[in-house]
Amino acid sequence: MSAPLLELRRLTKSFGGARALRGVDFDLRAGEVHALLGENGAGKSTLIRIITGAHRPDGGTVAVDGRPAGPLDPRGAHQLGIACIYQQPALFPDLSIAENLALRLETGGSLRRVDWPARHRRATALLERVGARLDPHREVRDLSMPEQQLVEIACALGAGARIVVMDEPTAALTQAEQTRLHGVVRELRAQGTGVIYITHRLEEIFVLADRVTVLRDGESVGTRPAADLTEPELIRLMVGREVAQPYPPAERPPGGAVLRLRRLGRRDSGVHDVSLDLHAGEILGLAGLVGAGRTELARILFGLTPADAGTIELLGRTVRPRSPREAVEMGLAYVPEDRRRHGVILDLPLAHNASLASHRRLFPGGWLRPAAERRFTEDFIRDLGIRGGGPFAPAGSLSGGNQQKVALARWLATGPRVLILDEPTQGVDIGAKAEIHRLVRRLAGEGLAVLLISSDLPEVIGMSDRIGVMRGGTLTAVLPRDATPDTVMAAALGRATEAAR
Amino acid sequence: MKAWPRELSVGLALAALLGALAVFAPGFFAGPPLLSLAAREAPVLLVACGAAMVIVCRQIDISSGSQFAVVSVAAGLLAAEGWPPAAVAAAALVLGTTLGALNGLLVAGLGLPSIVVTLATMVTWREGLRWWRQGAFVNLPDGLQWLGLDQTAGQWTLIAAALGLFTLLAIASRHLAAGRHLYAVGSDAEAARLAGIRPAAVTFGAFTLAGALTALAALMNVIQSPQVDPKSGTGLELKAIAAVVVGGVAIAGGRGRLAGVLLGLLLLATVAPALTHLRIEAHWEKAIQGAIILLAVAAERARGRPA
Repeated sequence: MSAPLLELRRLTKSFGGARALRGVDFDLRAGEVHALLGENGAGKSTLIRIITGAHRPDGGTVAVDGRPAGPLDPRGAHQLGIACIYQQPALFPDLSIAENLALRLETGGSLRRVDWPARHRRATALLERVGARLDPHREVRDLSMPEQQLVEIACALGAGARIVVMDEPTAALTQAEQTRLHGVVRELRAQGTGVIYITHRLEEIFVLADRVTVLRDGESVGTRPAADLTEPELIRLMVGREVAQPYPPAERPPGGAVLRLRRLGRRDSGVHDVSLDLHAGEILGLAGLVGAGRTELARILFGLTPADAGTIELLGRTVRPRSPREAVEMGLAYVPEDRRRHGVILDLPLAHNASLASHRRLFPGGWLRPAAERRFTEDFIRDLGIRGGGPFAPAGSLSGGNQQKVALARWLATGPRVLILDEPTQGVDIGAKAEIHRLVRRLAGEGLAVLLISSDLPEVIGMSDRIGVMRGGTLTAVLPRDATPDTVMAAALGRATEAAR
Repeated sequence: MKAWPRELSVGLALAALLGALAVFAPGFFAGPPLLSLAAREAPVLLVACGAAMVIVCRQIDISSGSQFAVVSVAAGLLAAEGWPPAAVAAAALVLGTTLGALNGLLVAGLGLPSIVVTLATMVTWREGLRWWRQGAFVNLPDGLQWLGLDQTAGQWTLIAAALGLFTLLAIASRHLAAGRHLYAVGSDAEAARLAGIRPAAVTFGAFTLAGALTALAALMNVIQSPQVDPKSGTGLELKAIAAVVVGGVAIAGGRGRLAGVLLGLLLLATVAPALTHLRIEAHWEKAIQGAIILLAVAAERARGRPA
């Protein structure tokens, strides 16, 4: 038997303290579609980035055609015939299709003469190979998403790619567009290309994939022929058994409804018809896949992208926050997902960060008193267990978990009624994670209503009093606190099980 | 936070320069010329404070020189019309604030890049003034110069006023919520917005305040001479920005203090007279000032932060 097209052995990769890959084996044969599956954060992206040369593995080997291929860099990967098609095509919007293809495919000096007719002939030929009837003169900006993907695939073919990685190519496609893309993928397979196909849509796996590899917590839990698997088996492989991890228990039953959403939505963010009650002292987890609309819902609630449909009722009053400032005044608090960029201001000291949203509360009259600010900061440093710097250390010098606590401190200082947390423990080490969990539970115990967006299944199940599941921009299920990872994942994937009914 | 403060480096450079002058050219410290120098630079200090606020907010204003000229000429004409000084001052202040607010509106309201907006207003005000006045000087009525005081008392008054206002601004920038918001928006506008701050309002405020300060500076300049030169304020914006940058305010926004701006201005303003006193040819002045600016930015870079 000939050597596989691509063979990965014992790949490991860590980021800071977090181990993203713990010795993954993976192989791809010529002329097969190999699906790669796993929850958010299971290590799929890291694996892909190693294959395309964007990351270097800490350990393990990569072999192409049976020959070891040192640590890859993007250029080396390209030369070995590896191409990646991302969910969001990475094309130059202001250039024509032909120019985009030429940029990637033509070699030679910057001052060479451009043979425009040849450039266009080549583009036309490549587009035909992927079944796209597109005029190569058209600017990429005018193309639809699936058309841009086809241009990307044409580009991969033009570069002689034999290993094509497709990262959730159908996530934003309609059913018809999806079917067409499947045709192109099958065509690639027939031509002997190896395709690594990442998707969250289970039905695609059964119609398209030859083999399936499931990743979980940075490890491969097995590679199987797709024909041997059933959907429930796949889901079980993805979530595994629940890891017994102590989560702080609820201290008292939730109180009355603080926040009522009725058919809430916003057209351009894809969120629609979200109806939900959030109670005082309750932690409502919000599970779902990346892109299901959870962050978009949070942004609507916080006035970043105001709603254009439905109602928000806060403490019995109908409100419509149109800016974060209004939302803060109404008693909402939002710790955003992208902490390193916008949760705290890295240049500003801890004290300034923590008081930023509540100057009026902390300093009546508008006069900032450093002594009072220092006391306030020292109090919360002690209270939240922030380590790594005093009140005047720049927030950027703290670890991720401690930065997250500073972001929390800022919102607690505003005396909010509703706290929205978006992936509060992403990229945070285990110890700080447990502290944040205890803190959030304590806040709920003090009567705060918490909306906890998390892609970490054990976390969302362990922390939540109820679990809302979003899919395709709306809330599709609300599960009780004893939900199992299988039922949550099934709901997130749009697969009804008895428990979710 | 115990890092070597930028202000200290500038302060040391200034001290070294003054020390050299004390040893080699004690004539520099003679009373009247030094007092004149300080009085001439007093208006620049106010413009530099405005520029610092705008730069901390991660914007830039290169129209202050032209604003300065427009306000100077307008104030001169009103005074020549016989308006009382207080009324002239009030009108000048309103005019300067309006000009600043216009910049703010275009940048914060329409989201246009500040370098382009203020380039446009810089050219428009300057050329408009030239077309309107045809380069004519404005003769001021008697008694306006030094506000009727003798020259020395007038100079001291100006210096005291500028330093007093500077101190107020320095305190306000650290003790008012608005000052804190300026730094927050300049560091990370999106994060500031998520914290409930309105970045557009803060940016608008910075430009408006800069306009008001430029108007005050123009008034301080007008009362120093018997005439108003319609070309006054040419290059003033660059002088102010240079002082801000040398004073350790990061051009990328969010960092720096007004105290540094004062030191930066003193350092740059001392170069020219120092050259004269040290018998170095005067045409080295710009080169040396340029070298100081480069050094300041390079020093910021060497501290591992983008200047």
